[in-house]
Amino acid sequence: MTDYNFAYLDEQTKRMIRRALLKGVAIPGYQVPFASREMPMPYGWGTGGVQVSAACLTPDDRFKVIDQGADDTTNAVSIRKFFEKTAGVAVTEKTSEATVIQTRHRIPETLLGEEQILVYQVPIPEPLRFLEPRETETRKMHALEEYGLMHVKLYEDIARHGEIATAYAYPVKVEERYVMDPSPIPKFDNPKLESAALQLFGAGREQRIYAVPPYTRVVSLDFDDHPFDPSKADHPCALCGAEDSYLDEVIVDDTGGRMFVCSDTDFCAGRREDAA
Amino acid sequence: MTPLLDVRSLTKTYGSRTGCADVSFTLYPGEVMGIVGESGSGKSTLLNCLAGHLEPDRGEVFFDTRTDGPRDTLRMSEPERRMLGRTDWAFVHQNPRDGLRMRISAGGNVGERLMAVGARHYAEIRTAAEDWLDRVEISTNRIDDRPAAFSGGMQQRLQIARNLVTGPRLVFMDEPTGGLDVSVQARLLDLLRGLVRRMGLSAIVVTHDLAVVRLLADRLMVMKDGHVVETGLTDQVLDDPQHGYTQLLVSSVLQV
Repeated sequence: MTDYNFAYLDEQTKRMIRRALLKGVAIPGYQVPFASREMPMPYGWGTGGVQVSAACLTPDDRFKVIDQGADDTTNAVSIRKFFEKTAGVAVTEKTSEATVIQTRHRIPETLLGEEQILVYQVPIPEPLRFLEPRETETRKMHALEEYGLMHVKLYEDIARHGEIATAYAYPVKVEERYVMDPSPIPKFDNPKLESAALQLFGAGREQRIYAVPPYTRVVSLDFDDHPFDPSKADHPCALCGAEDSYLDEVIVDDTGGRMFVCSDTDFCAGRREDAA
Repeated sequence: MTPLLDVRSLTKTYGSRTGCADVSFTLYPGEVMGIVGESGSGKSTLLNCLAGHLEPDRGEVFFDTRTDGPRDTLRMSEPERRMLGRTDWAFVHQNPRDGLRMRISAGGNVGERLMAVGARHYAEIRTAAEDWLDRVEISTNRIDDRPAAFSGGMQQRLQIARNLVTGPRLVFMDEPTGGLDVSVQARLLDLLRGLVRRMGLSAIVVTHDLAVVRLLADRLMVMKDGHVVETGLTDQVLDDPQHGYTQLLVSSVLQV
């Protein structure tokens, strides 16, 4: 494959993205603007994540893509194939073997290590967007650390539903400074944001990159009398029996039948192999 | 006694047009100052300059801060000024829609300032919100309703509660009774007067309605074309106006 530069983007673009990534790592949780490129896929399909992955990949890397935890969904298959074709890197479905993992809306169940990079696809990087529509104002709020409004949203949740009903994209405070949208991962995954791996977030349409370096403190916002609760469906996985993994609810017939299975397909398959 | 607010030759122009020119006055703790004048006389420009919403061209505004004594708010850093804006200052807009978050419940609206200064205990925030709704005569069972479901008078009272919850020392009011019918106006004025007296608030009230200042204000400042034309005790200015424009203003009030 010689028609493309390695990993699709030209070297200048990758340098530009790496500069943004370095700045993001230097200021954990801060949204760094970058000149997002047009990618051969529609906005909303992970153009930000793909650009960050392209800037991180080296020929020796082993690449894994998950979409809602699964390796075999359209988005994951397409992006994996994209980099197989344009970068010629090795790919894998095994979390532990991958060096770069691009993810949409999940953090793998398997604990990540220091040699791994987790790349998130982010639709809306601004946690305050729906509370304060003016971008000039939200930037000022970040700069001056005025985050009272974020708690107003949580207050509204409790007032209306009796508990904090925000179940995904649950706001976190990074290193006691910036409030960050962890992308639409379920709040069950929030504790895993404190990780040994480097975590990079790319929002293509919104042209923002941010990062959580390894071992950074990430605290989910809450009230003293309504502490953060990383809840999940109260079932074991119907396939592997795991009780500590995040579950998808699958409707199996039209008479109300349903089953709960691990959303992380690699984790589930691995457990079933071990059991067999 | 140190004045709470000491304004010195404040000037704001919009290009070649004058917003307000060379305004100076002092406001002492517990005092209510009324600013009257016709539309376009620069009252709102002046108020917005004082509250830090607009940047004046010249002048100084010294505010007696709790910690450091009198400081020029125009030369403060922006974080400090915004901090004042949500602790020691309050701003009541003419249109409650400008001062409220219409998509957030009444309780959330009142609690916002508390959370902005660091309250993180849900039950305490809620108790404070209930207490303040009660003080502004809104039934506490409406705490989870959105302001959109409130009448105009209730919205205005909610805005007042939301502003006073952090115990400010200085309240800016921009036509607080504008757009309300007379009986609702009377109730709101009664409430405001009670709150101002009980909490020992200082306030600057901008209005074109002389009846409002007669009830609320201790002192009065009359503005015309950006200039202050007359100042004095409210009753003195209204009963014995000296300046030609003030005489016109007082005689323009319709008698029923």
